[in-house]
Amino acid sequence: MEQKKLAIIATKGTLDWAYPPFILGSTAAALGYEVEIFFTFYGLQLLKKNLDLKVSPLGNPGMPMPMGMDKWFPILGLALPGMEAMMTSMMKKKMASKGVASLEELRELCQEAEVRFIACNMTVELFDMDPSDFIDGIELAGAARFFEFAGDADICMYM
Amino acid sequence: MADFDEELDASGLNCPLPILRAKKALAGMESGKVLHIIATDPGSVKDFEAFSKQTGNELIESKEEGGKFHFLIRKA
Repeated sequence: MEQKKLAIIATKGTLDWAYPPFILGSTAAALGYEVEIFFTFYGLQLLKKNLDLKVSPLGNPGMPMPMGMDKWFPILGLALPGMEAMMTSMMKKKMASKGVASLEELRELCQEAEVRFIACNMTVELFDMDPSDFIDGIELAGAARFFEFAGDADICMYM
Repeated sequence: MADFDEELDASGLNCPLPILRAKKALAGMESGKVLHIIATDPGSVKDFEAFSKQTGNELIESKEEGGKFHFLIRKA
């Protein structure tokens, strides 16, 4: 049986949106898929050695707020200084208490399972990012390189 | 519960960690050996069925006992 392939494009750099590419990438690898993740725009944040990702309640009406906080802090209240830090800290605590893996752990598991990480060269330059801030084992490349793999992929996801 | 060769306690871990840890444990085992996995994540029941189907490692037993889920998987 030929090995199945999964291609993922990761474009978001928030704590919540950092999970799907690493969860699906590592799980697919465990199931025997060959996996490549192409990180572009804000998704490049997921490759940094020091992950300092935040989750924001702003512009996110679907986010469950603890203790009815959305009633005390409607819309504008969510823009108060410190709100993002508070929501990030609450989310991290909640994840740890429910046995959800840390992003660092999932990312390591991906790399152990030979999931390939590709950083979009154009956006690295656009944001003046330093590739030495990224974890080891990252390939810098462009859109054509992504299609080389995605063209033969069984599943392609944009997130 | 039937005999097994190695055991993995994934209690308290949530999706996808039980599957990832099991995959890792199986990688270090010889073909034909049996891994016993203990998990508390209710989603792991369907996940181990799917894992077995897609990887060819046979799920010999799957049961709930004392609030925990137990799986026996034979390495292909």
